[in-house]
Amino acid sequence: MSAPPAPALLVPEAPQKAESIFHRNLATFAANRLAMASAVVVVLFVLMAVLAPFVAPHDPNETDLFRRMQPPAWLPGGEWSYALGCDALGRDILSRIIYGARISIFIGTAVILVATSIGILAGLASGYLRGWVDVVISRIVDILLGFPYLIFAIGLMAMMGPGLWNIILALAYKEWVIPCRVVRGETLVTRELEYVEAARALGASHWHIMLREILPNILSPVIVVSTIRMAHVIILEASLSFLGLGVQPPTASWGSMVADGRAFILEAWWVSTFPGLAILLLVLAINVASQGLRDAFDPRFQE
Amino acid sequence: MSQPLLDVRGLRTVFETRAGTVCAVDGVDVSVQRGECLGIVGESGSGKSVTFASVMGLVKSPGRIEAGTILLDGCDLRGLTPKQMRAVRGKDIAMTMQDALTALNPALTVGEQIAEVFDAHDDTLPRRGAARARAIRDKSAEMLGLVGIPSAESRLRQYPHEFSGGMRQRIMIAIALACRPKLLIADEPTTALDVTIQAQVLELITEIRARLGMSVVLITHDLGVVAEHCDRVMVMYAGQVVEEGPTAEVIAQPQHPYTRGLLASIPRPALRGQPIQPIEGQVPDLIGLPPQCRFYSRCPLHRDACLAPVAMRSAGPNRRVRCILSGEPVE
Amino acid sequence: MSLGKLLERILQLLPVLLGVSLIVFAMMALTPGDPVQIMIGDQSVTPEQEAALRRDLGLDRPIHERFFLFVTDAVRGDFGESFYHRRPVADVIAERLPATIELSLVALIVALATAIPLGVLAAIRKNSVLDRLATVGSLLGVSLPGFWFGILLMMLFAVHLQILPVSGRIGYSSEIVPITGFLLVDTLLRGNLSAFWDALSHIILPAITLGLPMTAILMRVTRTSMLEVLRQDYVTFAEAKGLSRRRVLFRHALKNALIPTVSVAAIETGSLLGGNMIVETVFGWPGLGRLVVESIFLRNYPLVQAAVLFYAVTYVLLNFAADLLYTALNPRVKL
Repeated sequence: MSAPPAPALLVPEAPQKAESIFHRNLATFAANRLAMASAVVVVLFVLMAVLAPFVAPHDPNETDLFRRMQPPAWLPGGEWSYALGCDALGRDILSRIIYGARISIFIGTAVILVATSIGILAGLASGYLRGWVDVVISRIVDILLGFPYLIFAIGLMAMMGPGLWNIILALAYKEWVIPCRVVRGETLVTRELEYVEAARALGASHWHIMLREILPNILSPVIVVSTIRMAHVIILEASLSFLGLGVQPPTASWGSMVADGRAFILEAWWVSTFPGLAILLLVLAINVASQGLRDAFDPRFQE
Repeated sequence: MSQPLLDVRGLRTVFETRAGTVCAVDGVDVSVQRGECLGIVGESGSGKSVTFASVMGLVKSPGRIEAGTILLDGCDLRGLTPKQMRAVRGKDIAMTMQDALTALNPALTVGEQIAEVFDAHDDTLPRRGAARARAIRDKSAEMLGLVGIPSAESRLRQYPHEFSGGMRQRIMIAIALACRPKLLIADEPTTALDVTIQAQVLELITEIRARLGMSVVLITHDLGVVAEHCDRVMVMYAGQVVEEGPTAEVIAQPQHPYTRGLLASIPRPALRGQPIQPIEGQVPDLIGLPPQCRFYSRCPLHRDACLAPVAMRSAGPNRRVRCILSGEPVE
Repeated sequence: MSLGKLLERILQLLPVLLGVSLIVFAMMALTPGDPVQIMIGDQSVTPEQEAALRRDLGLDRPIHERFFLFVTDAVRGDFGESFYHRRPVADVIAERLPATIELSLVALIVALATAIPLGVLAAIRKNSVLDRLATVGSLLGVSLPGFWFGILLMMLFAVHLQILPVSGRIGYSSEIVPITGFLLVDTLLRGNLSAFWDALSHIILPAITLGLPMTAILMRVTRTSMLEVLRQDYVTFAEAKGLSRRRVLFRHALKNALIPTVSVAAIETGSLLGGNMIVETVFGWPGLGRLVVESIFLRNYPLVQAAVLFYAVTYVLLNFAADLLYTALNPRVKL
């Protein structure tokens, strides 16, 4: 077999190359049935969240003291219009779970978007510009990494008080270091490649190089990492809500629903169980789908 | 002829992959006489390493030996239990690998790795206690000295990465020869080394072979090595043996077009000024091979009659070749 | 590793520790609400008393002085006084610390004891039923919300089957005079076997809950690492030497395969610190984590601040130790 042409003879058309690889990887992902099924589950949850007012059988905040702790439909005393039972205030659990999806998905997506955006910018700057920019950003990253996740979030929440946007900020504050590290690592490698040198030789500005040349080619691992992190963020938000530091009542968050049901695990196990099950299903689906994504898109896993 | 030390007949080893079944070794016969040095030549994918991994019983899932007999000194190796086979490995047959850096465990000292062989196979040692440890240590040091590593005693405590490439290869040989095996299989012993060290290592093997009366199988893709050190040579291609015979004869008068091609593609002083002629084409895909001569697509002499399975033919005393254009069919 | 290199690495820690303190300080300093007002609460005080209190707490000083004081006090172990307990914060924390440490340690042991054998077996019997189950289990382990899992365990074992207690650290009936503060150790030291079982039955559910994500991760790491090692030439060579299966496995494969496992375990131990807030709350465990959560609701900021600082410093030190451990285990990485 003849040797591959020397690098100097290769004229890589970087954007085009990225596209065809993308399509091939997408096909690989599609072929992975488990991952596809999980992706479908995730989409269903998202739809459920978006269409909540149409899908939910009842108003999530409507209390009905006659229905306090009503069991789920298949147990004696239950009824199908309140399929998963009611909580201590007579609110329909199924409806609250559907509306709760909005919180989890919204917060999860918002945090990941914010964190990834900041992370990409910081990582690009740090990896490409090097010098003092790199030193400063790396120091900040090191320091932020010095906090266990929940502690930092709790500390910030204690400081800022509960609330939707505060949670997003609190979680994003620490989350951005992860995409930042990935981007920085990839940038360090990519900046040495020929087409970047070529662009430099042609007089392109730093911004142009970072955003137009390097970024498109490092997106794959960043996206993969972000989807994996989404699952973590959702669990974190649920944990914060469970502790009472998350969204405040009466807004339904899966985490706070589990906390509400804690006092009644003897008489009314369904109040805590079903919201937790929802978290489990969504997170599991995200994890499986993102694993499939990683297997399909990450060059290190391609044999 | 006396009974060969190693007698392999009709060996067939396959690997199940997602793309299909790969037949890495297809109907291979090998025999090694006592005290002789047999060279196995072939490119990557020819099946030369897998053949001897099969002999050693080291083929693991998804690979398996599908057919064939393997007799060592008359003993059927395939019929042994795993425990019995482990008693044979390292003691009667030993193997060295291509890259000594990866073959030696980076987390254990050299001394520990030699000692293991004695511990597993040597029954002449004191049963236990300090006497046993001391005996093992002495023997280990002796082996290191045998392969030409100075200050053997102190070097036993060092780790593989503290030695140079050539010395690591010697250590591997020391480990292989610790229990004085009857047969040494040296898989690409010189490929990872530079030229001067190559010569030293091969000298070492030849010298020990003479001293211990050991048989050696030298697996290599380097015809030069074979020419200098091997009594007989076997050429393999795409999982089959295509030619075998005494080295001098095979090199002087190659019968198979592939062997001729190999020899023609070696730069030699005698051919100075003439262009080197590589063999055109590529090794065929080992999945779903059609029943024909496997060298067909690259052979300058191919014809229609080659589109049928080709058996080994006799081309003289101790000479066999798998080509319809040479020799006589064997009954 | 030479002493010089070690010192150099320790010195590199200092800016990080300083940065961490800065952030913790900033968190609290920027908290809306006046700490003095919170302390006063509903009592009526004169302006002079209020000013005196402000001076006492050092709140009348400029911010950089406050930070300096904060750090110097912290190093000496002085974190001020807890609003709620009316005692030095350091004392309150020290009191609750052993419970948390004991829980974390047991969780760690459970995780290692489960993950390593499972991971090794899964690798040896690749694609078998055990392997697939382990993979599924591992996926579940990282997907289960800890607080929910804890409640489920509680429902199953404590409420339904009634074989384990619901909450707390030990039953009221067992009287122990603490020596180390670690109940499991103390009960054994005193030869009080029934109390030991009591303590054990209390710690087991929280420990499993806390250790679950770590078990899942470690199992995967061990499996992957083991598979990688089993493919290595030196394993094949060891087999070629005719060594017994056990020897190849334990002496050659395991030693190298466990290096990533140990490193990851050391790093993940830090995440146990975060997790124990949840677990302690669920199981009513009287440790530092639950204290922090309660303090937040009570607006007991000096305590929250000290605890967060404590957690952060511990985390940094743990990561540092993990780094050292990895270097020490890896004979080829020379410093």
